[in-house]
Amino acid sequence: MHPLLAGKDRLGLYLLAWVPLAALLARMLAAGGELSWSETLSIVLPLAAIYAFVCLSAWYVCRFVPIRPAGIPRLLLANLAAAALSSGLWVMAGRALAAALGLEAKYARHVSTLFGMGALLYLLSAAFHYLLLAVEASREARAREAEARILARDAELRALKAQINPHFLFNSLHSIAALAAAQPGRAREMCALLSDFLRASLGLGERESIPFAEELALANRFLAVEQVRFGSRLRVEERVEEDTKDCPVPPLLLQPLVENAVLHGIATLVEGGAIVIEARRLDGGVWIAVENTFDESAPARRANGVGLANVRRRLEARYGTAARLDVRISGGLYRVELLVPAEAEVPR
Amino acid sequence: MIRVVIVDDEELARSYLRELLGSHPEIEVAAECSNGFEAVKAVAELKPDLLFLDVQMPKLDGFEVLELIGSETAVVFVTAYDQYALRAFDVHAVDYLLKPFNQARFEAALDRARQRIGARLPPAAQLAAAARPPLQYLERIVVKDGAKVDVIPCDKLDYAEAQDDYVLLRSQGRNHLKPQTISSLEASLDPGKFLRIHRSYLVNLERVAKIEPYAKDSRIAILTDGTRLPVSRAGYARLKALLGER
Repeated sequence: MHPLLAGKDRLGLYLLAWVPLAALLARMLAAGGELSWSETLSIVLPLAAIYAFVCLSAWYVCRFVPIRPAGIPRLLLANLAAAALSSGLWVMAGRALAAALGLEAKYARHVSTLFGMGALLYLLSAAFHYLLLAVEASREARAREAEARILARDAELRALKAQINPHFLFNSLHSIAALAAAQPGRAREMCALLSDFLRASLGLGERESIPFAEELALANRFLAVEQVRFGSRLRVEERVEEDTKDCPVPPLLLQPLVENAVLHGIATLVEGGAIVIEARRLDGGVWIAVENTFDESAPARRANGVGLANVRRRLEARYGTAARLDVRISGGLYRVELLVPAEAEVPR
Repeated sequence: MIRVVIVDDEELARSYLRELLGSHPEIEVAAECSNGFEAVKAVAELKPDLLFLDVQMPKLDGFEVLELIGSETAVVFVTAYDQYALRAFDVHAVDYLLKPFNQARFEAALDRARQRIGARLPPAAQLAAAARPPLQYLERIVVKDGAKVDVIPCDKLDYAEAQDDYVLLRSQGRNHLKPQTISSLEASLDPGKFLRIHRSYLVNLERVAKIEPYAKDSRIAILTDGTRLPVSRAGYARLKALLGER
């Protein structure tokens, strides 16, 4: 939808701008002296009204041929052709009108002037529309940027909240209480593991990105704590390629996935199961997969979506379509795959 | 002698309870269970006086276990989640132990349990229904068949029929009997998916293929598998109201 056609106010303002243009056209036609003022006006007023709307069509051409440094010749060609075409048709419409009024001969003398004016007006309109598009694009970009920032902050807060999932803490503390009397050594170790994890996660949300190795270490600290709770029920396998370790990734991306894998996977199984973490370089970015076994007959938990949706939104807000997140569920396996693109591909 | 069964999927949590119970010679730990199925079986076989019951477990959760066991066993919830506590207390749950808890808190729960054992308790099913958070409908129905437990996902339930003190649940070509009133079942299911079409019938709306007039003022519902169920006048009005909303 053309932006000027969207609102009555805008269209009115635009048509108002055509009043002086119509006056200019009338002045030029009348200047020759052959046409009386009333004859001039009876031709110019309808023609100006028609052309006001014809010039709006420049918007579609402008959108189709946006301003790009490499595309200047194409842009000029397209707009000049559109200008010639519009003006030509316009002049022909003027001829038909003049013929209907019996002024064909007098009109014919002004055809070249009118054609030139028509082309010029069209090009003026094209310039105006390019300006309009640029203003709109910058406004959209600002809105998108603001939204991305809000989303990122929101997601970080949620991630941070999920990070210190109170039930994770309560259960871990309960394990410490359980170990305290019978196995004080292990209780102390659990205290240290829990502290390691909490310390590592503190302040992470404020950082833009961290090396993947750091994110992986955080996830492993989390798993070490859960290992005490779940014992042999929790098995972890890591297939991470060395060259991924320096890749920058947003913090707290892997951890929620691993937490989901424990909560909705391992914890639903009497015998427990395995969590597999995979990572390798892909197209300059890093490709990560977290896979876990789960009980297919257990009711789907709504909470499952929260951590995942959070990760998805953060990826989208930051990388747009360059990032990917896929969930595959088959044969009792729940698998999340994500692609974090290289930082250079972050759209500005 | 008080016979106790401990139900928790975490070995450490079980050992903690065992340790705390160890200082009470009058208490015997009859069994330890690591999931809901085991718990239902152990309660049926051992008839314990007291059950320490975790909520989040594989197979069946604590509430489902509670629904399947008789009302003779006193139940103390043990969980890290506090959101069910208030409603459980409303119907006189013995106690609700929040992890982590210390010895003093545990002893208090045990004292309460001692006083309660032998006293009349509200039926366990009532406890379970009350403990379910409001506005959350069942996603699956658990039925005990002897020592076996059947789990019926609600979307696999075709219809339920009242039979005296039981409901007959029809699912995937099989019948299950559960000691429950059809009204309480109706209350626990999503009213957008299940409709009481008759005093004795609750139907899964997705299974209804068509409604046909039967006699003057009465109709029958024909399900996708060909089953014919009576529709009362009130049931038809409810059906029209529900479909009209959509």
